[in-house]
This record gives sequence, structure tokens and C-alpha cells, in this order.
Amino acid sequence: MTLNDVFMIVPSSAALSGAIWFVVLTVIFYMARSHAHKGIISLTEAIHNSFRLSARSVKHLRDILITRNRDVLLAQGREATERIIEREFERIDATVRKDLSEYPALHRHLNEEVTNIDESFKESTDVPPTPPAWVKAVEAVAKIPAAKGDPTVGNILEDIHQSLIKSSTRALDEYRKASSKRHQLLQKMMPHWRNVLKALQQVDKSVNSLLSRSVTIDRLMHDYEDILKGTDKAQRMLSSSSMTQFFIAGFVLAIAVGGAFINFNLIARPMSEMVGGADMLMGFKTSSVAALVIILVEISLGLFLMESLRITRLFPVIGALDDKMRVKMIWITFIFLFALASVEAGLAYMREILMQDDSATSAALRGEAAVAEVENSALWITTASQMGLGFILPFALTFVAIPLESFIHSLRTVLGTALVALLRGLEWLLRFVGNMARSSGKIFVHTYDFLIFLPVGIEKFVKNNKKEGGKQSAGSNVGGVL
Amino acid sequence: MKIGQKPYLIFLVVAAFFLQSCSDGPAVPNTRGVYMLLDTSGTYTKELKQAQRVINYVLSQLDSGDSFAVARVDTGSFSEKDIVAKVSFKDQPSKANAQKRVFRDKIDKFVKTVKGSAYTDITGGILQGIEFLNEAGTGHNTILIFSDLKEELRKGYKRDIPLTVTDYSVVALNVTKLRSDNIDPREYLDRLEKWRLKVESGGGEWRVINDMARLEKILVRK
Repeated sequence: MTLNDVFMIVPSSAALSGAIWFVVLTVIFYMARSHAHKGIISLTEAIHNSFRLSARSVKHLRDILITRNRDVLLAQGREATERIIEREFERIDATVRKDLSEYPALHRHLNEEVTNIDESFKESTDVPPTPPAWVKAVEAVAKIPAAKGDPTVGNILEDIHQSLIKSSTRALDEYRKASSKRHQLLQKMMPHWRNVLKALQQVDKSVNSLLSRSVTIDRLMHDYEDILKGTDKAQRMLSSSSMTQFFIAGFVLAIAVGGAFINFNLIARPMSEMVGGADMLMGFKTSSVAALVIILVEISLGLFLMESLRITRLFPVIGALDDKMRVKMIWITFIFLFALASVEAGLAYMREILMQDDSATSAALRGEAAVAEVENSALWITTASQMGLGFILPFALTFVAIPLESFIHSLRTVLGTALVALLRGLEWLLRFVGNMARSSGKIFVHTYDFLIFLPVGIEKFVKNNKKEGGKQSAGSNVGGVL
Repeated sequence: MKIGQKPYLIFLVVAAFFLQSCSDGPAVPNTRGVYMLLDTSGTYTKELKQAQRVINYVLSQLDSGDSFAVARVDTGSFSEKDIVAKVSFKDQPSKANAQKRVFRDKIDKFVKTVKGSAYTDITGGILQGIEFLNEAGTGHNTILIFSDLKEELRKGYKRDIPLTVTDYSVVALNVTKLRSDNIDPREYLDRLEKWRLKVESGGGEWRVINDMARLEKILVRK
């Protein structure tokens, strides 16, 4: 029995069958109206509640994630700030060590210079020449009243006068010589003054450097305090910094991937000579996998080298090694890297030879074997360039460790933020769907009533009539009483 | 987060890589095998220069691990003796290049010294090709038939044998029109149709390439 057979109650008339079905269904729907309404409302309420609960769970999850993100961000920021502050203190320590270790020498140097200056100054003191002792005796003789016309006295006085002139001239000469000597001594003091000035300038520079570093540390300590307190300002600052780091590190990593790709192309072809060109490994040529593995090993060695140098801090185990072991590790990784770089340079050379062989074979297959090979005088440049690239790129890839560290650290923050946004969107969607479900319940109820509008209308009409009849009868009863 | 603190991440990556590699089903070798039949009957020997071009092109396209054989079609082609040159390219590309040059020299010598045969046993040649490629164990096999596809068997030769060419590509190259085809083109079309049915009923893919300027289509699978 098909659906059509069921529908066609009156086989000859589809319209009549339809009308009968309409009446039957209308009656059934009308009779089930109350239960249907309850069912629809219950169902949509249940859907609404389940979505609301889900939204609440998502919100709870989002709150946990926000707290966790905040903790991680602050922990990362604290660690990074501690590293910077530590570094600043190391710099101050280095400056203080350097300058203070020289301070006794500087002090001694300054003392010596000052003593020299002092001595020179003392030596250069202006001492007036003492008048000869007999000058007073001469004065006494000169006061003796001489008899007029006594030539003896005159001669004596003349001699005394001449002696005085001679004595004065000699004294003046000596004084001039002494002055000149003093001036020379004062002139000799100039280099000492300059030395003192230079030493003091050095001291000034060191002190200023310490002062500027102390200002930086002061600022960093302020940031550090903010981070420890977990202020919103610190969180915003760290979040913004993480985003910036993420994009910058991502950009540099993309460049590094380009470098790795060039490196791969340099060694993939010659690797097929070593490991075979036909073997496949997990859907890839074994030679390509081998070339990739070599590059990845180089990058790993670069990471270890950077860790050992304490430039990056991805592996705490390496960072915690004692200095002796760390230095050993630096040398070991460097030697391995050097060896791999040399191998790559050799492979790059081999690549050139193989390319020439390939082109010669292709030419022969194209029927160009008779064409004489043109000696390319500039071919050595490309060969040397390839070898140079093969040697340098492994060392260049070593520095990938720095952006990689930044990328990994910032990735956590970026992913956390993205996940929070995703959860926020999911929460909104769940609430929206839940509310839509509740509203749709009312819509379904009205639609249901619309489908059975005829009996509902009759019911309303009858009820209204009854009400009016009741009112009228109540009114007439009242009138009768009155 | 420090990488060293999350060793399970490395495990997950390795496990994902392993699962991905296991999900492709039974592995088919990625090597190619090509068996080329050269019709040396009657006037078709004039077309062998074209065949030489095709052979050189195929040689340039094949890599290490691939196999290639060129065989002549004569009175009874189901024989190793009809294989003019065959090679399985070594793993090292430089050695494969040397093999290609030797192969080309052999073909050059053959083209210069070839003599026309009275009969054309294409079916026997295909059967020999299937045998060769099955033994070579290559993953993607192609049989090239450089012929006008007009089979002429000596009396007593039985060649009404169904071909088993499952997953093979059978490519007819340079199918020239005979004088009789010009009188009644249906002969030519019937000939092509007969071979198509024969190959496709054996599970193979049938193609016809008459434009020798488009050699790049020879080894391309649909």
C-alpha cells in the first residue's frame, strides 16, 4: 500500500479525499492542541536550557583560559624582565669591576700628579732676593759727614757706589734667572693638570654610565613590580609585546625557511647519487628525505650551539650544565656543524658536475651530440657560489634558534588569545541558538493554531457567546431582583 | 613553555607522521616501465626515424629505477630475440645517464641496419612486453606500439589470445593510414576499434597519438 493509496479515501476524487483528510487532521490536531502546545514549549525550553548550559560551560572554560593566559603571560614577562635586569646588573658589575679595579691605580696616579703639582708649585714660589748684609754698613758710611773738598771720601763713596751697582745688577740677574726657572716649573705643571683632568673625565664617564644604567634598571624594576602585582597595564604591555614578537619572529622564520629551501635544493640532487634516486620513503624520494634530514640536523645543532652559548633558553638541561661542560658542548656542536657545512660544500660541487652530465645527456638525446661543447669560462663562478652557499647556509641557519625561541614563546600567548576569541564566538552562538529555539517554540504554537484556525475560531465564538449569554442572564436576574 | 618539558608533543608528531604513512594502503612502486614495439614490416620501416625521436624522448623522461625496452615487430614477436635494447636504470642518476647514452647508440645502430619483415605479429609483441614489464616489477607500465596496427600473421600462428593488461597504458603511436584505408576509412576505424576493445577488455587503458609533435602526452596517464 502506497502513500497515495492511503491518501485516496475516495478513489475517484482527490479533492474530496483531501477535504476529508483536512477535516480529520483538523479535528485530531484540535483535540491534541493542549498537549501539542505543552510538548512544543517543553521541547524548545529543553533545547534552550541545554544551549544555555553549554554556553555557561564555554564561558567558564573561557574564564579559566583567560586566567591561565594571564598567568602564563605574566610568568613569561617576569622571566624575560628578570633576564634583562640580570643582564643590566651584569653590565653594571662589569663596569664597576673594570673601573673600581683601576680605582687604586687611578687614586695613586692622581696622588702622584697632585704631589708633583704641589712640589712644582712650592718650587715656583717667588722668593725676593735678600739685600746683601753690608748694604747697611754702606748706608752708615754714606751718612758720615764728609769734609768738603776731601777727595778721599769721595773716592771711597764712588767705589762703594760702583760696588753697589755691581751687586744690584748681579742680584737682578739672579732674580731674573730664578723667575725664569719658576716659570719653567709652572709650565711643567701643565701636563700634570691635563692628566688630572683626563682621569677625572674618565671617572665622570664611568659614573654617568652607571647612572644611566641605574635609570634603566629603575624603569625595569618598575615594570617588574607591575608584573609581580599583575596589573592590567603590565598585562596589556606584555600581550602587545607578544603579538609583535610573534609576527616579527614569524617573518624571520619564513625567511629562514626560504634559506632552508635553497639549501635543500643544493643538496637533494647529489644526495640521490649517495642514497639512490629511485628509492621511496613514505611517499617521498629517499634522497629528498636524506637532504631534509641533513638540514634538520644542522638546525638542531644550531639550536644546541645557541643554547650552549646561552643566547637562547629552549632547553633548560643545556642551560643548567656547568661551564666546563657547556664549553665542551659548544666546541662539539661547532665541529659537527663545520663538518656538515664542508660536506654540503662538497655536495654543491657535485651538484654542478651532475647538472653538466644531465645537460650533456639531454643534448645527446636531442641529437645535439655533434655540437661542440662550448667551454664556459664563467662556470667556475656558479660552482664557487654554490659551494660558498653550501658552506655558509648551515651556519646562517644556526641563527634560526633566536626567532624560533621568540616564536614559540609568543605562540602560546597568540594561541591563547585566539582560543579565547573562539570560545567567545562559540558562547555567543550557543546563546543565540538557545534563544532562537525558545522563540521558535512560540512561533510553532502560533503556526499550530493557524493550521486549526477553524475549530479554534468556533471555540472562541462559542465561548464569547457563552460569556455574553451569562452576562445577559446575570443582567436580567439582577433586573428581576431590582 | 619549554620544549623539553613537553616530550609528548614530539611523540604525537611522530605518531601522526607514522599513521599518515600507513594510511595509503598497499604500496605501489613509483617506478615506470615502458616497452616499445617497432613495426618493421614493409614500408613502415621508413617511419623508424620518427620512432627514434620517440625513443629519445622516452629516455629523457625516465629516471633511476625505471625500465625501458625496445623490440621489433616481425613474423613472430613473442620472443626475447626481438628485443633490440633493454635497460633498467641504476639508482645513481649519473650511471643512469650513461645507460641512456648506450641505449641510444644501440637504437641508432638498429635503425641503420634494420631490414623489413614480411609479417606483423603485434599481439605476440604485446605479450612479450607484458612478460618483460611483469618481470621488471615496475609500478606504472606503458606499452607503446609504433605501428599502423595492421596485423599480418604467418599461417599457423595463433594469436587470438586475450591480453591481460590490467593497469597498463597501451599507446598506439603514428598509426598511419594505408592505401586501402583511404579507399574505405572504415577499415582504419575498425582496426583502431578492434585494438581498443582488445586492450580495454584486458583491463588496460587505450590511447592513440598520431601527432608526433606532442610527445609529452605519451607517458601521461589519464
